[in-house]
Amino acid sequence: MDNREQMNIVIVGHVDHGKSTVIGRLLADTGSLPEGKLESVKEYCRKNSRPFEYAFLLDALKDEQAQGITIDTARCFFKTNKRDYIIIDAPGHIEFLKNMVTGASRAEAALLVIDANEGIKENSKRHGHIVSMLGIKQVVVLVNKMDLVDFNKDVYKSITEEFTEFLSKINIKPINFIPISAFNGDNIADKSCLTSWYDGPTVLAQLDSFENRKEDIQLPFRMPVQDIYKFTEENDHRRIVAGTILSGTIKAGDEVVFLPSKKKSVVNSIEGFNVVPTDKAAAGQAIGLTLKTQIYIKAGELMVRADEVQPVLSSRFRVNIFWVGKFPLIKNKNYKLKIGTLRITVKLAEILNIIDAAELNINTVKNQVERHDVAECILETVKPIAFDPISQMETTGRFVIVDNYEISGGGIILEGVSEKGDTLHSQISEKEFLWEQGLVSPNMREDLYGHKGIFVVLTSGNEEYVQSIHQNGKELEYKLFKSNHITCYLGIPSAETPLASGDRDSQILQIGELAEIFTNAGQIFITSVFNLDDYEAEKLKLLIRNHEVRIINIGESPFNNFIPDAHIKDSDNERIVDSLYDLLKSKK
Amino acid sequence: MNHLDKLEAQSVYILREAYREFKNICMLWSIGKDSTVLLWLARKAFFGHVPIPLVHIDTHYKIPEMIKYRDELALKWKLTMVYGENSEALAHKNTFPDGKTDRITCCQQLKSEALKNTLSGEWNRYIMDHATGKYVLDKNREKYTGVIVGVRADEEGSRSKERYFSPRDKENDWDVGDQPPEFWNQFKTDFAPGTHIRIHPLLDWTELNIWEYIERENIPITSLYFDQGNGKRYRSLGCYPCTSPVESTARNVSEIIDELKSGKFANIAERSGREQDKDDGGGLETLRRGGYM
Repeated sequence: MDNREQMNIVIVGHVDHGKSTVIGRLLADTGSLPEGKLESVKEYCRKNSRPFEYAFLLDALKDEQAQGITIDTARCFFKTNKRDYIIIDAPGHIEFLKNMVTGASRAEAALLVIDANEGIKENSKRHGHIVSMLGIKQVVVLVNKMDLVDFNKDVYKSITEEFTEFLSKINIKPINFIPISAFNGDNIADKSCLTSWYDGPTVLAQLDSFENRKEDIQLPFRMPVQDIYKFTEENDHRRIVAGTILSGTIKAGDEVVFLPSKKKSVVNSIEGFNVVPTDKAAAGQAIGLTLKTQIYIKAGELMVRADEVQPVLSSRFRVNIFWVGKFPLIKNKNYKLKIGTLRITVKLAEILNIIDAAELNINTVKNQVERHDVAECILETVKPIAFDPISQMETTGRFVIVDNYEISGGGIILEGVSEKGDTLHSQISEKEFLWEQGLVSPNMREDLYGHKGIFVVLTSGNEEYVQSIHQNGKELEYKLFKSNHITCYLGIPSAETPLASGDRDSQILQIGELAEIFTNAGQIFITSVFNLDDYEAEKLKLLIRNHEVRIINIGESPFNNFIPDAHIKDSDNERIVDSLYDLLKSKK
Repeated sequence: MNHLDKLEAQSVYILREAYREFKNICMLWSIGKDSTVLLWLARKAFFGHVPIPLVHIDTHYKIPEMIKYRDELALKWKLTMVYGENSEALAHKNTFPDGKTDRITCCQQLKSEALKNTLSGEWNRYIMDHATGKYVLDKNREKYTGVIVGVRADEEGSRSKERYFSPRDKENDWDVGDQPPEFWNQFKTDFAPGTHIRIHPLLDWTELNIWEYIERENIPITSLYFDQGNGKRYRSLGCYPCTSPVESTARNVSEIIDELKSGKFANIAERSGREQDKDDGGGLETLRRGGYM
C-alpha cells in the first residue's frame, strides 16, 4: 500500500497578486503536468502572439476537466520527493470568501501571496485573519512579483515588517517571507541569483519542511457524542455511543464524564466492524463504545475522561467570529450554534469590537456584524456548553453559526465569561418591571380557588417511562379537575425525543413562559418533560420564581446535582397519580 | 493512522452525521466499486448494520451480472433494497438502444428522470421482500430528503466542485456557484422545505484509494471488474450499450492496483470507456445539473 505522506496546502491572496502563477510554476517545476501540456500552452501563446504565462496552465487544465483529467483549479496535485501535495486554490475575490474558508479549513499550511509592487491589500489582511481563526499554524508569506521592483531588498523588508506587525496582532507568526517571482521562477524550485541578499529556503524547500498535523494523542481525551445506536430490531442489544475522537486516548475501564450533563460512567468496550477487536482508541478514529452502566445521554454531549483536565462549562463566552452570511449577525435573534456535535440556540449578547480588515481600525460602535466582518463578541447559549478555550485546545473551541438554514459564520472561543447579566435574567427583570398586575392579587385567587397557582413538572430518567409520564400528567389533571381544582395539562411531545436538538431549549423556554401565565392566573399547570437536566430544571424554577414550582421525578432520576421536590419510585400508574395528588394536597 | 484510515474515519463521520440529521434518507447503490465501498463504510459506521435504505435506479440495460450481484448482496447483508425505473420510457422504447434517442437523452430519461421521481416517491418504487428474495411494490411513498451518493472529486470536473453536503432545490438543480461553506466538519444540515441534500462521503477518495480499500477490507466486488477471460475487463460499470470493457488482463484486486499505480492506466482517465461523456464538451456537467449522479 502507498504510505506516502500527503499534505493539503491552501494558497490565498488578493486578486491578481499571482496565486495562479505560483501554482502553475509549482506544477511545472515539479514535473506534475500532463505530458506535453506546458509545450502546447506555450505553442498556443506563440501562435496567438501572447506572452506565455504560467497562470494559463491552470485555465488550460480547467478546460480539460470535461475530459476527465484529475486536476481542477480548486485542487491541484503535485509531488516532491518527500510527499504528495494538494494545493487548494482559494478564490481571491471577496465574494468567494466562503469558498476560501471551505478550502482553507482543510489545509495544514497556508501560502499567503502578496504583490511586492502593490503591497498589502485588504484581502491580504482579511485572509490572514481567517487563516488564523481556522487554526492554520504554518503560514508562509510569498512576496511575489519581485521582478517588478528590481528585486529590491528594501521593498521586501518593508512589506515583511508591515505584515509581520499586522499578523502579530492576530496571533500569526509567519514561518518565513520568501521573495519570489513566480513569473520568472525565482526562488520557487531553485534559488534565485537575483536575491543574493536572501538566505532562506525556496518555496519548494519550505513546503517540504512543513510538518504534517499530528493527531492530538497527547492532549486530554475529547469526543463529541455523535449518536447513540441501538439496533435491537436486528437482535443487536449493544447500546453504542458513537463519535470521532478529537484528541487523546481512551480504553476500556476508563471512567468518563459526559458534558454538560455531568453524567458519569465507565467504558465497557470499544466496538467496531471488520476490525481486530481492541480495547483502546485514539485521536482521529471514528469509534463506538459501550458503557458499563446504562446512563441516559444525548447526542451532542462532549465525552471526556474523568481523570484528565476538564473543559470549561459556560453559557456565555467571548469569541472571535467571521461572518459570511447574507444577512448581518444581530443582537437578540435566535441562531443555531453548532459546536462539535452539539446544536444549541445561541444569541449575540455583545459586540466588543469589529476589526476593519482594510484599515485595521477597531470599530466599537457598530451594532451588527456584517458580511465579511471579523468581530470579537460575547455569545450566549440557552444553557451551558462544554468547550476548551482555543489557547488550550483547538478542536473543541470552534463553532459555526446557522442563520435561516445557512452556515453564516464561524469562530473560535477565547474564554468563558461570567454569566451575570445574561439575557435571560435581564429579560425576566425587564418583564417584571414592565408588566402591570391587575386588581386581583394571588391571595384573592387562592381564597376563591382553594389552592395556589402551582407549576408541576413531571420527569423521569427511565427510558421506558417516556410515554407514561405524559399519561401520569394527564391523569393528575383529570383527578384535580374532578375535585374542583383549576388546572391544566400541556405537554410538548417532541420535547421528549431522546436525541432532541436545539429545538428542545426553545420548547423548555416556551413551557416556562406558559407556566408563568397559568400560575399567575392561579391555576395548577402541569407538564411532563422526559429527561429534564439540571440546567433545564433550574431555568424553569427561575422563570417561575414568583410561584410555587414542583419538579417531581418518577423512577430513575435524570438529574446530576439538582434535587427534585419529590421522588416517586412506584411503577404503577394509578398509584403514581395518587401519590402526586397527595403531594399537592399535603403542601397546599 | 495512515491515509486510508483517515479517509475511512472521515467518511464514517459524514455517514453518521447524515443518519443523525435526516429523517428520510437513502443511499444510492449503482453496484459499482465506489458505491459498494460506500455501502461497506455504512456497515463500518453502524457496526455491521445498514439502517439506511439502498436505492438502485434500474435502466434495464445494466449488465445482467450486476443485478444478480445486487440481489445476492442485499440478501446476504440484510439490506433494505429499493429500486425505481422509468417504466414509461421503457414501455415506449424511448431509449438509445432502441434508436429513438441520443445517448444523453437516454441517460436523462432512464437515469435522471427515474431518479428524480423515485426519490420524490412520485413513481412506483419496488422493495425486496427478504422472505422470497423478490421485489414487491413499496408502500412507502415518502420523499427522500437526504440522498447519500458515492461520487468522488477526482472523477471529473463537475464532481470536483461538490461539497460533502450539497443542497439541491425543488427542481433538483444544483447551484455550483453558490454553495454552502463547510469547515471544521460542520456541514449544511438545515434546509428549506422542498429542497434535499446530496451527501458525498467519498469526495476525497481517488480511484486508487478505492481499490486499495477494497483490497484491505476484502470487500466482495462484482467479477465484471476482472479479466473476463478474453483479455478485457470493465473499469467502470454502466449500461451495456454505452459502456465498453477495457483491454486488461488484471484478474484480481492487486493486479488492478498495479495497473493504476504504475501500469497502463496510470495516466488514462477512468471514465474513458463511457460514451455519454464524450458526446458534447460538458455532457456530464449538463447531466449533473439536471440531477444525474
